[in-house]
Amino acid sequence: MLGILMKSWRVGIVTRNQQAKNRKFGRSWHIRHVDCGSCNGCDWEMNALLNPIYDLQRYGLDFVASPRHADILMVTGSVTKHLQVALKKTFDATPAPKIVIALGDCASNGGIFKDSYATLGGVDKVIPVSIKIPGCPPSPQEILDVLLAQLQKKVV
Amino acid sequence: MAAKEPDLIQLLLQEFSQQTKFMGAKAGNEYYLEVSKEALPEVSSYLVKHLRASLATMIGNDERSINGSFRLYYYFAVEYEEIFIVLTSAINPVEPAFPSITPLVPSAQWYEREVQDMFGLKPVGHPDPRRLVLHHDWPQGTHPLRKDFNLDSLEKLPSSDYPFGEIDGTGPFYVPVGPIHAGIIEPGHFRFSVAGETILNLEARLFYAHRGVEKLAEGGSLEAGLNLAERVCGTCAFSHSVSFCQAIERAANVQIPERALFVRTILLEMERLYNHIGDVGNICAGVGLALGTSHGNRIKEAILQLNQDLTGSRFLRGINAMGGLKKDISDQQLAALKTKLEQLAGDFTDLAEILLEHDSLIQRLRGTGRLSLVAVEDLGVVGPSARASGCIKDWRKVFPHGVYGQLEFEVAGETSGDVLARLKVRVNEVKTSFDLIFQLVSQIPAGAIVQPVGELVPYQAALGWSESARGNNLHWVMIGPGNNIFRYRIRSASYCNWPAVPLAVQGDIIPDFPLINKSFELCYACTDR
Repeated sequence: MLGILMKSWRVGIVTRNQQAKNRKFGRSWHIRHVDCGSCNGCDWEMNALLNPIYDLQRYGLDFVASPRHADILMVTGSVTKHLQVALKKTFDATPAPKIVIALGDCASNGGIFKDSYATLGGVDKVIPVSIKIPGCPPSPQEILDVLLAQLQKKVV
Repeated sequence: MAAKEPDLIQLLLQEFSQQTKFMGAKAGNEYYLEVSKEALPEVSSYLVKHLRASLATMIGNDERSINGSFRLYYYFAVEYEEIFIVLTSAINPVEPAFPSITPLVPSAQWYEREVQDMFGLKPVGHPDPRRLVLHHDWPQGTHPLRKDFNLDSLEKLPSSDYPFGEIDGTGPFYVPVGPIHAGIIEPGHFRFSVAGETILNLEARLFYAHRGVEKLAEGGSLEAGLNLAERVCGTCAFSHSVSFCQAIERAANVQIPERALFVRTILLEMERLYNHIGDVGNICAGVGLALGTSHGNRIKEAILQLNQDLTGSRFLRGINAMGGLKKDISDQQLAALKTKLEQLAGDFTDLAEILLEHDSLIQRLRGTGRLSLVAVEDLGVVGPSARASGCIKDWRKVFPHGVYGQLEFEVAGETSGDVLARLKVRVNEVKTSFDLIFQLVSQIPAGAIVQPVGELVPYQAALGWSESARGNNLHWVMIGPGNNIFRYRIRSASYCNWPAVPLAVQGDIIPDFPLINKSFELCYACTDR
C-alpha cells in the first residue's frame, strides 16, 4: 500500500504537456470545484447545476472528483490564508491545458471579505484566472450561460 | 419576557453571595451577574446541574478602551423561564488567563479555545488547549480580535504541523481526507483512524474558511453589519440576518410592526423548507438512491425560485432591515405562493412515503451514525440533530421569535439518534413548515413594514436569535461610538454541532461517513466565519 503511494508520489504528473498551446478543448469539459473560503452560496448554486432542472451533464459538462481528471477549476470564495496552499496544490495537480473560472464576487475580486486579515482577496492573487462570473451568488442559469458560451468559443 | 427578576436569580445570589453581584437585566430577559473569574467554573456548573440551564453562547470582548480589561460573557439559556443568565467576568490584561469551565461544562470547549486564539486569554485547565480558529501556522501572539491587532505584521506565515490525536497499536492506520473534497462541498480536513473499515476515531480540523467576519464588522455601520450577516452562510442567510436584526432591535428596544414579523416568519420557514427538502435528497445521495436525490433537488429548486419571485434573491438576501423589512410582499404574491406550495407539499408527501417505505434505504439508515442523548446534552448540540436524539428543543417554542408564539405547531422529535431519526425529524419538520406558512398567509395583517431604529447608546449590547434549519443561530452585537459596531459575535448552529459528528461516527465504517455527515448537514462557512 505504502509502496504504491510512494510510487505515485515519485512519478508525479505524467500527462503530456507539450502541445498544450495548440490544443483546443473538445465539447466535453470536466470541472473540479475548489472552495477556497466561500459562504457556500456559490457552491450551492453550482450544485444546483446537477439538479434535473439545469442538468449540466446533458451538455457534455460534468463535475469530477479529482483535479487530475479536470479541464476546469471552478473556484468559489475569497481565498483564505488557511486555503491558499490547498488552492495552489489543486491548481498544480490539474493537467494542462487548464482553465480557471472564478465563480462569484468573492472569487472574482475578494468581494465583501477582501479587506479581512484572514483572506488574500480574489483567486487571481494565487493562481491565474481565465474567466470571472460575478454575482452574489450568480444563479445556476447565469453560470450555465457562461459555460455554454465558452464552449461555443472553444477557448484556449 | 419576564417583568421582574425571577426567583432563580435570587436563589443564585444567595448561593453565591460572595462571588456574584447582580448587574440588572438588559434587553428584557438578559440577567447579568458579575462573577469573579475564579468562581466561573463553580457558578456555571451550578447553573447547568441544579438549574437545568444550558450554555447558549460565550463571548470574549476587548474592553480595554472602555474600562481597562478584557471581558467574558457566558450566556446560559434558562428555557423554562425564557430568560438568559449572563455570567460576566473581567480579565485583567496583566494576567490574561481564566479558569476553564470546560471540565465541568463540556459544551464550553470550543468557545474557550476560540477566546484563547482570538484574544490571547488562556483557559487554565482546559483539557484540549490546542488552537482552534487560527491554524498552527499563524505566528505566536496573533490575536485578531484584540483592538490593537495589526494586520501588517502578518504577511509571512511560517508553516508547522497540526498535532492530530494518535491511535497506537498494530493494525490501525490513518485516512486523511480534505480540505478539498471530491464533491461540491466546503473545505475541512478529516483524519480517520481506522482498523479495517471501522472508524476508531475521527478528528475534524475545520476553520479553513475562516474569513474574519467578526473583525470585519467592527467599526462599520449597522447596515454593513447586516450585509455581512447575510453572507456568514449562504443557506442560512435569512436566519442569520434575522438574528442580527433582532439583536439590534432588542438593544434599541424597538417593537417591529406585526406585518414585518409575519413576513420574517414566512421566510424563515421558506429557508427551512428548501434546506430540509434538499437534505432529504442529499441523504439519498449518501446511499446512491438517485430517485430521492433528483426529486429532493427538484423540489428544492422550485422553492429557491419561489424565493427569487418573493424577494429577488434565491437565498432571501436583501429583504431584512433593522426594524422590519426593506420591501413588502404583496397579498397577491402570498396567495400565489400558497397555491404553489400546496402543490409542492403534495409532491414532498409522495416522496417521503416512497423513502420511508424503501426497505434497503431504511436498512442503511437505521442504527447508522448514532448520537446519544448524553452526548447531545454534554456538547450542547442544537436543532434537528438534537431533536433526533431525544432532546426535543426548538427555539421557535422555547424562545419564540417572529410570530411563532401565536402559531400552532408540534415540535418533531425522535429518540434513536441515528441517520434514520434525523431523516424522520426533517420529514416531519417539512410538513410542519408547509402548514405554518399556510397559517401565516391566512392570518397576515396589513400595515407598516418597518419601524426605524434610531441612534443607539454606545456600549449597549444584546443577543438576537432564530431557529434555522440547522438549529438556533445566535448573534451578539455591542454598539460602539457613532452607531457603529464595537463587537459582533456570531454563534451558528453548526458551531455547536460539529463536535458531535466525530462521536456519531465511532464504530461505523468509512463508507458510511458521507451519509452520516450529510444527515447532520452542517455548514462550514458559518462555523469558520
